[in-house]
Amino acid sequence: MTELNIGVLSIQGDVSENVSSTQDALKEFGEKGTVSTVKTPEQIAKVDGLIIPGGESTMIGQLSLVNGSLKKIKEKIEEGMPVLGICAGLILLSKDAKDRVIGEIDQPLLDLLDVQVERNSFGRQKDSFETEIAMDSINIPKFNGIFIRAPSIIEVGEKVEIISKFNEKIVAVKQDNMLGTAFHPELSSDISIHRYFVNMIKQAKRD
Amino acid sequence: MIPLSGDLKNAKGIINENIESNSIIHGTSTLKRGFAHMLKNGVVMDVTAVEQAQIAEDAGAVSVMVLDKLPSDVRKAGGVARTASIRVIQEIMDSVTIPVMAKCRIGHVYEAKVLAQTDVDMIDESEVLTPADENHHIWKWDFTTPFVNGARSLAEALRRIEEGAAMIRTKGEPGTGNVAEAVTHIKKVNDELRTIKSIYDSGDNQDLVKIARDFHVSYELVKETAKLGRLPVVNFAAGGIATPADAAYLMSLGCDGIFVGSGIFNADDAKERAKAVVLATTFWEEPDKVKEAQKMIDERQSMLGLDVDTLELRMQERGSTA
Repeated sequence: MTELNIGVLSIQGDVSENVSSTQDALKEFGEKGTVSTVKTPEQIAKVDGLIIPGGESTMIGQLSLVNGSLKKIKEKIEEGMPVLGICAGLILLSKDAKDRVIGEIDQPLLDLLDVQVERNSFGRQKDSFETEIAMDSINIPKFNGIFIRAPSIIEVGEKVEIISKFNEKIVAVKQDNMLGTAFHPELSSDISIHRYFVNMIKQAKRD
Repeated sequence: MIPLSGDLKNAKGIINENIESNSIIHGTSTLKRGFAHMLKNGVVMDVTAVEQAQIAEDAGAVSVMVLDKLPSDVRKAGGVARTASIRVIQEIMDSVTIPVMAKCRIGHVYEAKVLAQTDVDMIDESEVLTPADENHHIWKWDFTTPFVNGARSLAEALRRIEEGAAMIRTKGEPGTGNVAEAVTHIKKVNDELRTIKSIYDSGDNQDLVKIARDFHVSYELVKETAKLGRLPVVNFAAGGIATPADAAYLMSLGCDGIFVGSGIFNADDAKERAKAVVLATTFWEEPDKVKEAQKMIDERQSMLGLDVDTLELRMQERGSTA
C-alpha cells in the first residue's frame, strides 16, 4: 500500500488544527501517511489530497495567486485530487461569491465548485454560533457545527450534492472530488469529517 | 494545536437562542478564540478612514482595526485618546468584507458596550488610548464579542486571558516605528513559557502554585499553559512594526500574526508597503520572498520613528500592573 500524502494549504488561517485533525483521522484508520503544510506550487504538486482551511478568503486567494499556487491547485483538482474546502476554502472553491452586505466582490476564486456562495451569510462575529447539524448522506448524523462569520450556499448546480442544511441554508456540499463546509470541523474534537475526507483520498488513490 | 476550551461557567456573554426548531449558542470560547484562529498568519492593519480600510483589504490584510488617530498621531496630539467615531466604524464595516475591529480604552466598559452594539467583530482593549480605569480591565466574559489585549509578559497575558481575552498581542511601544520593544516582549513571554513548561514536565506542582501566586492568576490557567508550552490563545505581534523585515522577524520568533499600526499609513508609500508587509508575513520562512517584499518599499518613505528611551509617554506601561 502506498502512503497517503495529505496537504493543508498554509497561506493563512486555521492550518495547524487541520493538520492535527487529519493526523488523528489517519491514525484511526491505521493508515500510513503524512500530513504536511503546503504553500508553494512544488509542494502542492506532491499531495494526494488538499485541505483549504478557514481564514480570510480574499487574502488566501490573492496570496496564492501571487506565487502560482492557485493555478496548481486548480490543475490538481481538475485531475481528480480530492479537496476539502472549509469556510474560506469553500468560498475559494466556488464559481461565484458575493457578500451579504457589500454584494459583488472582485476576488480570485478557483471557479470549480458549481455553487454561488454568500459570504458572512449569518452576520458578523457576534452572530457566530455553534449548533448541532446532520450530514446523513455521508453517515454523520450528528455534528457540532461551529460557524464563524460563516458563508452559506445560495445556489447549487445540477452536479452538486447537498450534504447539510441549517435553517434552510445550505452549509455543506459535495461535487465529485470536492467537499465543502461552511462550518469549521477542525475546531471540533469530532474528526468524522476529516475521516470521511481521508477516505475520499484513499479511494481516489486506489482508482 | 491551541485548545478552545476554557469557558467560564455561566458567562454572561454566552447566549442561547432558538431559531425555529434549532437551538444555537453564541459567544462561547470556541467561537471567540476560533475567530482569532482565522486571523493566523495574517496582518491586521490600523486604519482611520474608509479609503485606508480599502487599501488594507486590497493588500491582503485579514482584518482592519479602526482608531480615531494612528498611534504616532496620538503621541503628537496629546490629550485624551478615546474610541473612534461610530459613524466612521460603521462606514468601514459597510465597505470591506474582512472583519473590522476597534479599540476601546482600558477598563472602559461602556466604550466596549458601544462597540459591541455597533457589531464590530473584535474589540481591542488598548493601551494606545487613555486608560479609563487604572485598577481594572474589562471583565470580558460579559461580552459576546471577542476581545484582544496587549501584554508585555506571561503574567500580564494570563491575567487578560483569565478576564476573558480571546487573543493576545505584544504591546511593543505603539506609534514609534521601533520594533525593539515588541521583540523584547515576545522573547520574554517565550522565555517564561519555556520556564513553566519545564517546571510542568518536572512534576513540581508546588513551584507552579508559586508562579500562579506571583502572576496573580489561577493555578489551573498556569497549569494548562505550562502543559501546552504556549499561550492558550492566538498570540500576535504589535507595536512599532514598520517594514516587511520587521514583520518577518516577529513571525520567526513564534508570533501567530502581525498588527501594524502607524507603520503603514504614516509611511509615504502606504499602498505598496501594505502589500509588502502581508507578503513578508505570509512567506517569512523564505528569505528571498522577504527580500522581494522589502524591495517593494523605500526606506526613505518609512516613518521616521522614535527612540524608545527618549519617550515621554510609554504606552506599554498602561494597565500593566492591574
